[in-house]
Amino acid sequence: MSAAQTTRTADKPTEAPPEHRREWAHMALITIGPVVVALVIGGLVLIAMGVNPLTYYSYVAGRGLFSPSGLQATLTRMGPLLLIAASLIVAFRAGIWNLGGDGQFLLGAVLVAAAGPALVEIFPVWVVLIVGLLIGAVVGMLWSVVPALLRAYQGVNEIITTLMMTFLGVSLANVLVKLAFLDPTTTVPQTRTLPVEDRLPRLFDTTVSSGLLIGLAVIIVVHLVMTRTAFGLKLRVVGANSKAAIHAGLPVPLLTVLVFGISAALAGLAGAVDILGTQGNVRADWNPAYSLTVVPLVFLARFNGFGTIAFVFLFSVLSIGGESAARKLGVPNYFSLVIVAILLVVLGLTEYLDQRRQQKVRS
Amino acid sequence: MGLFTEAFLTSLVLGAVVAGIPLLLAGLGEQLSEKAGVLNIGLEGMMLIGAYMGFLIAYVSGSTTLGFAFGALGGMAVAAIMALLCVRLGLNQIVIGIALTLGAEGITALLHNIQFSRTYPRLDAMDTLPIPLLSGIPVIGPAVFDRPVIVYIAILLVFVMIYVFRATHLGSALQAAGDKPAALDAAGVDVICTRTVAVLCTGLFAGLGGAFMSIVGAGVFVPFMTHGNGFIGIVLAMLARGKPLWVLGGALLFGACLSMTTALQVAGVDIPTDVIQMLPFAMVMLVLILAGRRASLPLALGSSYVRGAR
Repeated sequence: MSAAQTTRTADKPTEAPPEHRREWAHMALITIGPVVVALVIGGLVLIAMGVNPLTYYSYVAGRGLFSPSGLQATLTRMGPLLLIAASLIVAFRAGIWNLGGDGQFLLGAVLVAAAGPALVEIFPVWVVLIVGLLIGAVVGMLWSVVPALLRAYQGVNEIITTLMMTFLGVSLANVLVKLAFLDPTTTVPQTRTLPVEDRLPRLFDTTVSSGLLIGLAVIIVVHLVMTRTAFGLKLRVVGANSKAAIHAGLPVPLLTVLVFGISAALAGLAGAVDILGTQGNVRADWNPAYSLTVVPLVFLARFNGFGTIAFVFLFSVLSIGGESAARKLGVPNYFSLVIVAILLVVLGLTEYLDQRRQQKVRS
Repeated sequence: MGLFTEAFLTSLVLGAVVAGIPLLLAGLGEQLSEKAGVLNIGLEGMMLIGAYMGFLIAYVSGSTTLGFAFGALGGMAVAAIMALLCVRLGLNQIVIGIALTLGAEGITALLHNIQFSRTYPRLDAMDTLPIPLLSGIPVIGPAVFDRPVIVYIAILLVFVMIYVFRATHLGSALQAAGDKPAALDAAGVDVICTRTVAVLCTGLFAGLGGAFMSIVGAGVFVPFMTHGNGFIGIVLAMLARGKPLWVLGGALLFGACLSMTTALQVAGVDIPTDVIQMLPFAMVMLVLILAGRRASLPLALGSSYVRGAR
C-alpha cells in the first residue's frame, strides 16, 4: 500500500507523456528503494543485537498497522508529525535550515499544557481548543525570532542558532514544568492534565484524534502554496539562489524572517496538537525529538507534501510499533534513530547513483 | 558573601578545564575541516562514538591510553564515512552530518542498553601528572597543572595547529581548499585528498574529545552524554575565525559555564540543574548576537568540489 501512495511523488505536471510510465517506475524505485535497503541494513543491526529481524518487523507491523488500536494510534501520531513535516518543507524549500523544531514543538506543547486546564475552567471547550492551537503556534514562532533575525540581518548560520535554541528550549521546558506549571495534586513532576472530554474531538467512533485532519489539511495547503502560488515561488527562488533573489528585487531578509515565522509556528502548532489531542499534559523531561527524525522523511519525499504524507504514515507505524516492541522484544526505541540515519545515508547514495546514471544516459 | 573562596575558585577553574577540553578538541577539529571547506555537522556524532569507544576499551582493557586511542579511532571511523560521502561523492554535508549524529546517538544508546544498562560500571579516576613548581600555585596549580597527561596534550595541540596553519604547506593547502578549491587544484594539489585529511583529523580530535568526556570527565558512559558539546564546538570554530588560540579561550569560557553546577554546589548555592544547563547555550546565543556578524567562514564552505565544474 505504501507503494501506491509513494508513487504519487512522481505526480508532477512537467513530465513528457511517452516516458511517463518509465518516469513513474524510476521515481518509485529511487523512493522506495532506499526504504527497503535501510530496513535490510537495520535488520543486520538487529541480528547483531541478537534479535530476529523478521520477528521484529512483523511485530512492529502487527502492532502499528494491523491491529485496530495500533492503527488508530498510528493515525493519531501522524497529526503532529505531519505538522512538523510541513514546518520543515516550508523552511527547506526556502533554503533555510530550521533544525530547531524540537525546541519550538516542546515549548509550544508546555505552554499549551499549562494554559489548557486553566482555560477550560472558564471558557467553553471549542474556545479553549482554538486558543490552545494559537498559543502553540505563537510560542513556536517566538522561539525562532532570534535565529530568524540573526540569519536575515547578520548572516549568522541558522543551523547552529536553531540547534542552540533547541537545547535552550528543552531545558526551559523542563524548568517551566518543574517550577512554574507543576501539578500540585500528583507526585509525578508534570503539568495539570487536560480532561479527556475536553481534548480535540475524535474522528467518528475511533480513538483517532482530529489532529490528523489538521495535519493533513496543513501539509496539503503548504504543498500547494509552495508549488502553485507566487508567494511559494518567491520563497523557492530565495532557497535556490538568494543572490539571484536579491537581484530580482525580492526582499530577501523579510522573506527569511517570514519563512522562519511560518515554519516555527507550524512546529509549535504540532506541539499544541499533540497536547490537545493525545498527551493532555507534559511530564518533566519529556522530549519526543520528532523534528530531527522527520527531516529524512521530508528529504525522501523530495519536499513533496503528498509523498511526505506516505512517509510520515510509514514512520508512524515504525514509531508506534517500535514502542510496543521496546517493551515486548527488548529492542529500545533508539533503534528508530538508527533506521532514520541509515535511511538518510542510503538516500544520499541513491541520489548520487541516480545522477551518475542520468549523466551517463545523456553522454 | 563567601562565594569566592579558594575552594570555589579552584573548583570553577578545574571545572572549566575538565568541561573545556572536549570543547577545545571538538572546536579545533571543526576549525580544521571548516578551513578546508567542509561543514561538519556530524561532529556531535563523532564525539559520541569517541566517548563510547573510549569508555568501552578503557573499561575492558583497564588502560586509559588504549581507551583514548580507540576513542580517537572511533571518531575517525565516523569521519571516514563523512569523508567518503561528502568529500568524495559530494553529498549534502548537512544531511549527512545530521544522519551521522542521529546514527551515533542510536547506535551508542543501543549498545549501552545491551552492555551496561544494568551495571553502569565506572572507571577509576585517572592518575594526574603534576608539573613541578607550576602545580604549587594556589587555585591555578591544582586545577590546571595537576591533571592527566591528555589535558596537556590537548593544550599542546592548540600550538601545533597554530604552527600547521602558519608555517606549513599543509596549512596553506587547507586554507585554499576552503577558500578557492579550484586554485588549489590548479596548483597541483589534490583538493579531495586535502579535504579528506582535514575531515579525518576532525574525527580524530572529536573522538579524543568524546573519550575525554567519558574517561576523565564522567568516568562512565551515558547515552546522549555529549549533550550538544559537538554543536558548541562548531560555534567555537565559527567564532574563532581560523585562530586556534581563540578556540582555546572560547572553550575555557564555555567550559566554565558548563561546570557552573559543581562550582555553585561547592559554594552552597542551590539552583535547579535545568537552569544551569541552559547557561552555556544561552551564552552561545549571546555571543552570536553580539559577535555573529564577525563570525567568518571560508568562501567555499559547505559546497563540494567537482573538478571542472563552475
